[in-house]
Amino acid sequence: MRRRTGRRIAGKSLHVLVLLFFTVALAFPFFWMLIASFKQNVDLYTVENNPFFFHLAPTLTHVKFLFTQTRFVRWLGNTALVGVLVVAITLLLSIPAAYSLVRLTGRWGERLGIAIFLTYLIPPTLLFIPLSRVVAILGLQDSIWSVVLVYPTMTIPFSVWLLMGFFKSIPREIEDAAMVDGLTRFQAFLRLVVPISISGILTVVIFSFTLVTQEFVYALTFISPESNQMVGVGIPIFLVRGDVYYWGSLMAACLIASLPIAILYNSFLDRFIAGFTVGSVK
Amino acid sequence: MSSTRSRVAASGQSPLLGTAMFAPAILYIALLIGVPFVLAVLYAFSDARIGSTTFHFVGLENFRSILASPSFRQALRNSIVFTLVAQAIVIVCSNILSIALEKPFRGRGLIRLMILLPWVAPVSLGTIGWKWILDSIYSVFTWVLVSLHLFKPYSAPMWLGEPHLAMASVILVHCWRLIPFSTVIMLAGRSAIPREIPEAAAIDGAGFWRTLFQINLPMMAPILSVAVLFGIIFTFTDMTVVYILTAGGPFDSTQTLPSLAFATGIQGSDLAAGAAISLFLVPVLIAVAYLMLRVASRSEVV
Repeated sequence: MRRRTGRRIAGKSLHVLVLLFFTVALAFPFFWMLIASFKQNVDLYTVENNPFFFHLAPTLTHVKFLFTQTRFVRWLGNTALVGVLVVAITLLLSIPAAYSLVRLTGRWGERLGIAIFLTYLIPPTLLFIPLSRVVAILGLQDSIWSVVLVYPTMTIPFSVWLLMGFFKSIPREIEDAAMVDGLTRFQAFLRLVVPISISGILTVVIFSFTLVTQEFVYALTFISPESNQMVGVGIPIFLVRGDVYYWGSLMAACLIASLPIAILYNSFLDRFIAGFTVGSVK
Repeated sequence: MSSTRSRVAASGQSPLLGTAMFAPAILYIALLIGVPFVLAVLYAFSDARIGSTTFHFVGLENFRSILASPSFRQALRNSIVFTLVAQAIVIVCSNILSIALEKPFRGRGLIRLMILLPWVAPVSLGTIGWKWILDSIYSVFTWVLVSLHLFKPYSAPMWLGEPHLAMASVILVHCWRLIPFSTVIMLAGRSAIPREIPEAAAIDGAGFWRTLFQINLPMMAPILSVAVLFGIIFTFTDMTVVYILTAGGPFDSTQTLPSLAFATGIQGSDLAAGAAISLFLVPVLIAVAYLMLRVASRSEVV
């Protein structure tokens, strides 16, 4: 009996230890950003100082520098604008497509849906070279319109897939009844199916928006002027002047841009995971 | 009779409307994924460069020259090593972590958010955080090692400046980023196992390890493979981590196929060679897509 209790306590402390280890290891870079953001430069760049403590009073200099001396706010604005436009394009194209593939096209619609999902696996690093030429031919290089055009290629496939899952779960009888009452198929779709699926649509909105904020390769390839950058490229590339790293403001920028996106994504995570694992869990 | 017919008409297919509704999405995908993909293949067999609008086909010339280049062979080797090592570490760690997170406890929501941060925050920004942590002078690791008297001040290793340490750093950051993703997928897989099965096994005397290896892991096989397959894609095709952390250096020691394709095709203006390098991603993508389809169709049958 005593042996059992001993084992249980050992198991419990192991559990706490494992959680503690992973939480610290995974969250550490963000904790480290937080510390660097508010440290005075003298403190930050004195090798002998214990980096875990503040040896001088915390300062807002880095944050002020970030907001007044850099294009950080502009990058946030660019990213938000591109995010909204990409979300709009994604919804406009993927909602009807997903509905059609679930309801109107029968067995081969399903197959087409899987094919669309597979295009999600094609990475930017395979397409950025030809797309850079396409963007140049269309005269969009260096402008945020280049990424507005290209980002939906990453959001549409997964969104169609997610929405197909949602539409499948809606009983056919709802549309049938509406059509017997005189609505056309398209009206039934607009007035009944879309409102019911609002939570799925919201998931697509969050997915597409966060993907825009996370993308790096296309923005780096297509856009070179500092003022037209997206936040994910602006911070790591343009906050570094020559070889000089402004670590304080760099870390503040990372933290300020990351946290809202992380919290937003986190609150919808379970639904994305459902999309990733469709077919492999019942 | 007529009511049956109207029901068939109502729930049946309408090809015209159906086509009109999915055509824009398909067209978009065809124009901006399909056409560029074909272009990538065409470029790989040509002498296309940034700045010149015409190009000629040169057959296998690009492939011959990149296969002869030491940078390319290094990049190919690195891509494979990074992907395999990172996946092995990620599977073990995320399995442990998903077991620890499975049962509800106080503060689980907050712990989950902290654990998920590496995945849900933009990768380029998290990587910059690591670049500060691994800085050649102000690294916190260096400070800890020096204060433990394991190294003398200013003689600690340069984490990103020495080939093997730089490779280890890149793998570390990939693992850091993928463990959360893999963990949540495994959590989803665990919650799908009917509770009675492990309970019955426990009654029959199966211990923790036996339940893990003979019941939980086999039952999670499909979802485990989904996590691994996505993980392979995310590591093998990633350029962000390497580009920000080391830019492929020192001396190409952390160069990967995507980062070399960028350095050659965009920074070096040699679109053709860049396209040829990135085409080496395709076999892995096809293999993953094939395996993914098999996983999906198998679990549909079950």
